[in-house]
Amino acid sequence: MLQVKVGTLNLRNPLILASGILDESGETMLRIAKNGAGGIVTKSIGIKEREGYENPVVYEFPGHMGLLNAIGLANPGIENYGEEIRIAKKGGVPIIGSIFGSNEDEFAYLGKKMEEYGADAIELNLSCPHAKGYGMEIGIDTELVERIVKKVKREVKIPVWAKLTPNTSNIVDIAKSAENADALVVINTVKGLAIDIDARMPVLSNIYGGYSGKCIKPIGVRAVYDIRREMDIPILGVGGVENYRDVIEYMMAGANAVEIGTAIRYKGINVFEEIAKNMESWMKENGFENAEELVGIVQRR
Amino acid sequence: MYRVVKIEKIKDEAKGIKTFRFHDSHKVEPGQFYMIWLPGVDEFPMSVSYVHDLKGVTVKKIGKGTEKMHGMKEGDKLWIRGPYGHGFKVEKGKALVVGGGSGMATLAPLIEKLKDYEVIIAARNKEELLFTERFKDVKIATDDGSLGYHGFATELAEIMLEENTYDVIYTCGPEPMMAKMVEIAKKRGIKIQASLERFMKCGIGICDSCSINGYRVCVDGPVFSSPLLFEMDELGKEKRRPSGLKVKI
Ligand SMILES: Cc1cc2nc3c(=O)[nH]c(=O)nc-3n(C[C@H](O)[C@H](O)[C@H](O)COP(=O)(O)OP(=O)(O)OC[C@H]3O[C@@H](n4cnc5c(N)ncnc54)[C@H](O)[C@@H]3O)c2cc1C
Ligand SMILES: Cc1cc2nc3c(=O)[nH]c(=O)nc-3n(C[C@H](O)[C@H](O)[C@H](O)COP(=O)(O)O)c2cc1C
Ligand code: FES
Repeated sequence: MLQVKVGTLNLRNPLILASGILDESGETMLRIAKNGAGGIVTKSIGIKEREGYENPVVYEFPGHMGLLNAIGLANPGIENYGEEIRIAKKGGVPIIGSIFGSNEDEFAYLGKKMEEYGADAIELNLSCPHAKGYGMEIGIDTELVERIVKKVKREVKIPVWAKLTPNTSNIVDIAKSAENADALVVINTVKGLAIDIDARMPVLSNIYGGYSGKCIKPIGVRAVYDIRREMDIPILGVGGVENYRDVIEYMMAGANAVEIGTAIRYKGINVFEEIAKNMESWMKENGFENAEELVGIVQRR
Repeated sequence: MYRVVKIEKIKDEAKGIKTFRFHDSHKVEPGQFYMIWLPGVDEFPMSVSYVHDLKGVTVKKIGKGTEKMHGMKEGDKLWIRGPYGHGFKVEKGKALVVGGGSGMATLAPLIEKLKDYEVIIAARNKEELLFTERFKDVKIATDDGSLGYHGFATELAEIMLEENTYDVIYTCGPEPMMAKMVEIAKKRGIKIQASLERFMKCGIGICDSCSINGYRVCVDGPVFSSPLLFEMDELGKEKRRPSGLKVKI
């Protein structure tokens, strides 16, 4: 009932673990797979080992208002990541290798490595720093996005997903520049800033962070809806998914599946099983036999 | 969000170890920890060593953050969040508590809840022994023999386990010590709980930086119990750097 296809990839349910949340170590990913996730995206992996920013790197807003994070792309480096993928794969669900680089050659190299390690697909994290600096993200440069997607597509056989940033004036333009990808993942975190007034300074050591959690859901749903209106490409909805209603909402807007991150803070790693169960009951009550029937049904073309 | 607390009292406990007391109304279980932020310096986890009204953390100076904290005075402020994690579960029967170095900070509030128990406090030398005044009738072990049993806590524990019957072991301290205690407990078929340490970033179970064998020290721990502890093959052998790279201990 919950099986869905994202392009050629079959998922037992549309509930995928989002990049950067509990997906650094192979054994944690394996545990999440055993706890019901339909697929797992790894932490974003780059060319070299990186410690990331100094603590504090995560700030939790009071009253369930979400998280602001600037982990700083901490990762063990692609050369050290094969073993983690190998362990994660024992969970029997697709493992999607997330990668970040500063140009198309780095992305292509990382993609090939992920394929060699056995990843079932690749997710391009385009929300990494642009060489031009000024806090600009690679993912708002349509030309560069197009080049990266094309180059990685040429170099690997497994599906390539492009993860888009919402920190742009027109996400549909960015989506179109990534049209050669096998799927689009929307959205990454929303750029934000939190200040501790008693300390009189920004909380995160990096000053800026990415905002996530249920408060960003309307931004994600809107991005999915706008892209689906103009494109037929598979879409993964991300941002603020916490319960079965959020999943169905994203799917009705046009997503083929969703990714879940911050909800783990509030629901624990059982969130996948809980959502799957409740989603099935809702579908039965409302006359849906197959989750794919939900995709895009609110679209008015 | 952080709570800002004022340091009410500071006490020198042992060489390089100080306790900081402050008011915080949150209920804390023995074994839980706070994330302490020193704005502009660092944020790090600290076990709660006094869990009643006037809370406390007992801090060993080892790097830039803890050194900064050691330079603070009564009246200065700390930014805290938490308490986080799962603490100790008090088991029925007679307990053996084995604390090494600053690990006694974590065990102290547990000991206050126990009825039938014996405690080993261990350190490299007598200057580094923690809480030997807070708890009377304790057994002492020092690596250099400057006080009490001359040798490792684990050796003294084995002697005591040979002579007496215990139903449960509680331990916290350097990881090789805890790994050895887990091995001893497994061999003798005794229940054990250990409070583990790993590098922490979020403290709330989402970043995976503190994971050991797929379990998050910040949320699933920091106190883990047997039989799970018996299965953790990374214990005492491997940990992760802040980058996530697995390295030998
Ligand atoms: C659950 C838990 C409870 C702890 N309880 C106590 C306690 O009661 N008393 C005590 O003295 N120490 C305790 N520690 C260890 C304490 O967190 C570190 O000593 C402290 O972070 C060092 O900070 P620093 O800035 O001085 O060191 P740094 O100079 O930053 O680093 C020195 C070393 O400290 C450790 N460390 C640094 N940052 C962290 C971090 N964010 N998370 C974990 N380890 C880190 C690492 O091993 C590092 O190599 C606990 C650790 C954990 C995980
Ligand atoms: C702590 C944390 C780390 C993250 N790290 C990454 C990352 O490495 N790569 C990436 O593409 N997205 C990363 N993200 C973004 C998430 O994958 C996701 O797009 C975003 O959090 C919105 O979904 P959510 O509201 O379900 O968390 C991170 C998010 C959080 C909270
Ligand atoms: S510190 Fe982030 S998961 Fe434990």
